[in-house]
Amino acid sequence: MSNDYLGQELPLEAKSSFIFFSLLIALLFNLLPLQEIILLLRPDFVAITLLYWSVNHPQRIGMSLAFIAGLVMDVSNSSILGQHALAYCLITFFGMILHRRLRLFNVFQQAPQILWMLLITQFAVFLTGMLGGTYFLDWYYFLPSVTGALLWPVISFLLGIPQKPKSDPNEL
Amino acid sequence: METVPQFFRAGPSPQVRLFFFVLLSILLMVMDTRFNSFSEIRQTVGMIIYPLQRLAHIPTALYDQAGELINDFRLTKEIASLRQQYFFNQQKLFRLQMLEEENAQLRALLGAARQTEAKAIMAEILYVPRDPFNRKVTLNKGSFSEIEAGQVVVDNLGVIGQITQVHPWLSEVTLITDKDHAVPVQVARNGLRSIVSGAGKNNELELRYLSVNADIQKGDLLITSGIGGVYPPGLPVARVENIEHDRSRGFAHIKCTPIAGVNRSRQVLILSLSSPAPKQPEEEPRSAAPQEKQRRSRVQ
Repeated sequence: MSNDYLGQELPLEAKSSFIFFSLLIALLFNLLPLQEIILLLRPDFVAITLLYWSVNHPQRIGMSLAFIAGLVMDVSNSSILGQHALAYCLITFFGMILHRRLRLFNVFQQAPQILWMLLITQFAVFLTGMLGGTYFLDWYYFLPSVTGALLWPVISFLLGIPQKPKSDPNEL
Repeated sequence: METVPQFFRAGPSPQVRLFFFVLLSILLMVMDTRFNSFSEIRQTVGMIIYPLQRLAHIPTALYDQAGELINDFRLTKEIASLRQQYFFNQQKLFRLQMLEEENAQLRALLGAARQTEAKAIMAEILYVPRDPFNRKVTLNKGSFSEIEAGQVVVDNLGVIGQITQVHPWLSEVTLITDKDHAVPVQVARNGLRSIVSGAGKNNELELRYLSVNADIQKGDLLITSGIGGVYPPGLPVARVENIEHDRSRGFAHIKCTPIAGVNRSRQVLILSLSSPAPKQPEEEPRSAAPQEKQRRSRVQ
């Protein structure tokens, strides 16, 4: 595994415009009008994108950005204001404190650990919603976390493309 | 020790930041649920993300258009059947006109108030929230199309819900299946009045406070009673699906299914508020009126 880590390339610094753009795209995915089953399975793309940036480039992303993204999500979801903001702050927090450990693993090994973080944030959303009085528990409520964790390798590959080093390190 | 070089200074630790933001969001949530004080913020943020919502809608719109193109060759058949239906309905319409006149005359004889016709605006469901427990949908008409909070939304079969939040180009509908939404209804068979409220589940409504011996049967149609002045009377709402008598409780447990395609239809009609709210007594100050209206519309 340590070989795995040593073999990793050092990514370039991410551009903040790209981070912003990726969050916009994630929000767009969250807003897609979908039908019953796909709606139940759809992962929270904004949460995953925030997690990706806080794990891989914790210096470039702040909790305030997560908070604002959460507020936007709350308005478009017409849920309680602050519900998703709280959840997104939690997930960036986890990403920030665990980023050194997570980066020892490759993306496929990261996925199960991502699952736990997504579950915890979803539970936070659920808990606040229940205190607000609009939720009740059903097992399928936590399915989006599972699909999110399964999508993690794909998403981290896509978001990592612009940070690939341009030149071959073995060139000289 | 105190002077950390600029390079290593990272601001407050993640724990401190998390604590701050958690406090902030809890504050927001309490303010939002207890005092309902953020409709302006919601409106501005809603306006900012409106282009995104339209953009997210493009794939489905394209898909619909493609479907329409494919369907084009069936149109002649459909036109024929519609024409037939039109003639059929025309006859009914004549009868309706006659009945309306007769009704007006009878009402004039009785000295009762005239029933006003509700104006309707066509709208399309733009967006269903991500969260499957949130029983709300967003429509593509807003305050620029003179939509107001409290207006009733129906489809071709019955009541769908009520407008609860209006943005300039969008509006939010709380569906009748929402847990906090209630509709004043009566049983069409015998006129028994009650209030039907959402169960928070898909396709399920509850009649909560009907006593065990109330005259209600499986299959009864519930229509709006028009009491409360928000819903015009006579719109179909739900059909009684299941009645459970639990002897340990004073109330029967009655489940109903909504008649309208609460989560099927794409096109809906927004009815304007049928009758103006009953006049306030003269001695009350004018400024109290809009508040009162808002509160009522939230309750029903």
